[in-house]
Amino acid sequence: MKMWIRFAAIIFSLLVVTTVYAANKLSSPLLDIGKGGQCVEDPMEMRKIHMNLLKHQRDETMHKGIRGQKYSLAGCIDCHASTKTNSVLGSNEAFCQGCHTFAAVKLDCFECHTSKRKVTAEVTQ
Amino acid sequence: MSAIKIESKTNLDRRDFLTKSSIGLAGLAIAPGMMLFDLAHGRALDEAVSNKVRWGMLIDNNQCDTGCNDCVSACNTENGLAPATKPTDSQWIRKVQLKDNLTGHISSLPMMCQHCEQPPCVDVCPTQASFKRADGIVLVDKHICIGCRYCVMACPYQARSFVHEVLTEQKTEVPRGKGTVESCTMCVHRIDKGETTACAEACTKAGHNAILFGDLNDPESAISKRIKSVATTQIRADLGLNTGVRYEGI
Repeated sequence: MKMWIRFAAIIFSLLVVTTVYAANKLSSPLLDIGKGGQCVEDPMEMRKIHMNLLKHQRDETMHKGIRGQKYSLAGCIDCHASTKTNSVLGSNEAFCQGCHTFAAVKLDCFECHTSKRKVTAEVTQ
Repeated sequence: MSAIKIESKTNLDRRDFLTKSSIGLAGLAIAPGMMLFDLAHGRALDEAVSNKVRWGMLIDNNQCDTGCNDCVSACNTENGLAPATKPTDSQWIRKVQLKDNLTGHISSLPMMCQHCEQPPCVDVCPTQASFKRADGIVLVDKHICIGCRYCVMACPYQARSFVHEVLTEQKTEVPRGKGTVESCTMCVHRIDKGETTACAEACTKAGHNAILFGDLNDPESAISKRIKSVATTQIRADLGLNTGVRYEGI
C-alpha cells in the first residue's frame, strides 16, 4: 500500500514538473520583433487590444481621410517587419504570423495589405 | 468659518479656470496665420474630410494625344496594378477611342470612375461598402465589401473591376485583395498628402496638360475658373449624376 502511495506521488510530481516546463516553454512564441523599440502602447496592452486600435483607425482613415495617426497597420509593419525578410509574414518567427499561428487566430489583414516594410521595399525595387 | 473656507476654495477654482482658459485663448489668437504643421490642401492630417471641397478633374480632349498611354501606366504604377491583359484584369483607367463617322475624326480620352455626386454604385451597395467620401471621392471600403458586384453592374461608365485572383506585392498605401471590387480612388492617398493625382501628374509631365485636377467648390481654383470660362460636358449627363470628372472638346 505504502508502495502505491509513493508511486502515485512520483507520477504526480512528474506531471507537475512537465506541466510547468511546458507552460514555461509555451508562454510566448519566439518572435523576430524587427526593429522593435518603443511601441505605441505597453506590449501587454498591445497583445490584448491591437486589433481594436487597428479597426478603429481603419474606419477613421477609410471614411474620414484621417491619416498619420499614432496607430496604423503600416506603423506596425514599419517597426516589426523582420530585418532579414522585411516582412511580418513568411515564417513562424515572423512578428504577425508567429503569434497568430501560436494563438490559432486567422490573420486576414495581409490578404489585401502588404506585409512588407515600405521604405526598404521601394529601395530594393 | 466653514462658509469662508468654501468660498475661498471656489475662488481658487475660478482663478485656476480663468488662468487656464486665458492661456487657451492666447493660443487660439496666435494660431491663425501661423501653421505649426503641414496642411494637405488646407486640411490637417488629423482633421476629417469635409464637403467644403469637392475634388474633380477636367479632361481636355483636344490636348489628349491618341497614341499616348501615360495616364494609364502612371495609374498602374501608382496603385500597384498589373497592366490589363485579360478581360478579368483590373482596370482603373483606360483610353477610349471615339470616331466621328461623318467627318472621320478620331479622338481618344481617358475614362475612369467619374466620382458622381449621386453615385449609382453607392445606391445599390447592400453593405454600404461603396460610399462617397465627404469631399466627393467615391471609394470602396474593402473591409466590408462582400464582392457581390452590384456596383459593377450599376456603374454607367463601367469603371469598376472585380479582383478574381489572389494578389501579392500590393502597395502600402493601396491595399487590394481578392473578392472585392475596386476602381479609381482619385489617388486618395496622394490627395490626403496634398498632392495631385498620378494620371494628371503624368499627363503634365508628358507635356499634354490634358488632365486638370482641383477643387470644384473653390471658385478661385484653376479647374473652377476653366469650367466657368469654356464649355465642358459630363458623359451621360442625361443620367443627372453630376460627375466630378468633366470633359472638354467632345
